[in-house]
Amino acid sequence: MRRIAAIAAVTWTELVRMKVFYFLIIFALLVIGNSFFLAKFSFEEEFQMLKDIALGAMSIFSALLAILATATLLPKDIEDRTIYTILAKPVSRTEYLLGKLAGVFLLLTLAVLLMGAVFGVVLLLRTQALLHLTELEMQGLPAQELQAALGKIRRAGHDPNLLAGGIVILVKAWLLAAMTMFISTFSTSAIFTTISAFAVYFIGHLQATAREYWLASNESALLTKVALGLLALIFPDLQAFNLVDDIVAGTAIPLPILLKTVALGCGYIAVYSALGAAIFHQREL
Amino acid sequence: MRLAGFWALIIGALLLFGLVRLPLEKSLDASQREVHLRTATLDIGLREQIGQLSYAAALSGFRSLVAAVLWIQAHTAWEETAWGRMAGLFQSVTSLQPRSVLYWDLSSWHMAWNAAIAARENPKEPSEFLRLRAEREYHRLGREFLEQGIINNPDSYLLQERLGILLRDKFADHCGAADAFAKAAAMEGAPPYIKRMGAYELSQCQGREREAYDLLRKIYAMGKNEHAPRVIALINELEEKLDIPSGERLAPVPSGRDYPPFHDGEHGHPHSH
Repeated sequence: MRRIAAIAAVTWTELVRMKVFYFLIIFALLVIGNSFFLAKFSFEEEFQMLKDIALGAMSIFSALLAILATATLLPKDIEDRTIYTILAKPVSRTEYLLGKLAGVFLLLTLAVLLMGAVFGVVLLLRTQALLHLTELEMQGLPAQELQAALGKIRRAGHDPNLLAGGIVILVKAWLLAAMTMFISTFSTSAIFTTISAFAVYFIGHLQATAREYWLASNESALLTKVALGLLALIFPDLQAFNLVDDIVAGTAIPLPILLKTVALGCGYIAVYSALGAAIFHQREL
Repeated sequence: MRLAGFWALIIGALLLFGLVRLPLEKSLDASQREVHLRTATLDIGLREQIGQLSYAAALSGFRSLVAAVLWIQAHTAWEETAWGRMAGLFQSVTSLQPRSVLYWDLSSWHMAWNAAIAARENPKEPSEFLRLRAEREYHRLGREFLEQGIINNPDSYLLQERLGILLRDKFADHCGAADAFAKAAAMEGAPPYIKRMGAYELSQCQGREREAYDLLRKIYAMGKNEHAPRVIALINELEEKLDIPSGERLAPVPSGRDYPPFHDGEHGHPHSH
């Protein structure tokens, strides 16, 4: 465990030195810039679009970070020959792989937390500004009307379901990192890993459709059925983690469903890590 | 040979995991849909509307982001009073985010109120007949947005209320409006004034006067907060019309008092303020 933690810490430092957190500046600019631009809309539209854009950007950045950061780890260590120094010590290949993955998970967690914090602060500031403005505009009107208007703004600005959205985004990013690491264990270059991971990402979003068609259709040709079956069984169902779109639309996620989704993500991570470790054991370095 | 066997084992393990997770994913999928998660269907028609790139982005899990960008485009179209383009963009946005009540509501309002009035007063169209036909077309479009929105959000009282307002103000369909308000009032979180609005419309629906009278009496019996002069006046009117025995009648509204101003949300469309 200590060895895994040490490798995770080194991986984390390595990734931070690659200046991956610079994307946060772009994210902050995007969210803050949008909050100014969206001020011309009604407050309901403004909050809806701010959530749409911020959570959408969080999903994009975390997915990109998960794939790109993980894809470079093994090839870089092999190229720099640091992997030989590490594996010459009493560190198993599984520990090495898990340490690397833990380092990426740490990075992704911090990235999602920071993006969430930027979004939260912008949302809070806009809510407060609107509350203040409404109070000024509605001066002299009955207290009941003022409270109703303020309540509407508060409800639009403070949505506890957004937290569930952040959790789902993080689990999906972890899953993508584990999947990329799995590909990386048999890939020969970072480019191949990146392209393959993106291909799996897109196929993963269509997997649910393939599965439904495979299970429901009785008329398809045998070859089509086999192809759809393989697609459904081998590729992950990434649509299961696309709950953010509905969260920003105001749909609440019940806790059991959130837990089931997180558990499914953890299952994927465990299997991809185990298979990745098995392949890495066989690999000639 | 050993290597081939190893890879067969890895692929076998992946397939086995696939078989194990298949029922779990199916059940999770069903549970998510049960609570209205992931209900949007992205069909080929939408791809033609929003373009290949946006469609690919929507398929890859960025539906809400694409919807927000299209909504901003629709807003620009509004500023340019390009009503036809707006209608197309609204179709795309609501297809991408069918669970967003706000998008359905605003799309309907823009069509049935703004676009319809612009069509009626279009200075480029000399024919009054064509202007009125275009106006009616936008009313119909606004109604369709609400009806589709209700199908996608059966738990939203707001869309039912908006449908009631639209039927009342643009279609003069008092019976339809009364039914829409009644459905809205029965939903969770609906403000109490919606029930009154339903009763007002029902009182103007021919053949359902008795039903309207019973409803108004029921509202009146709910307490002092519901003793609005308009409620009392309508009860009095219906008592006359239905020839209710004098012993069962309600005391009339004091003379000289007209119907009171509507409460917030009771008159026109709220976005029209």
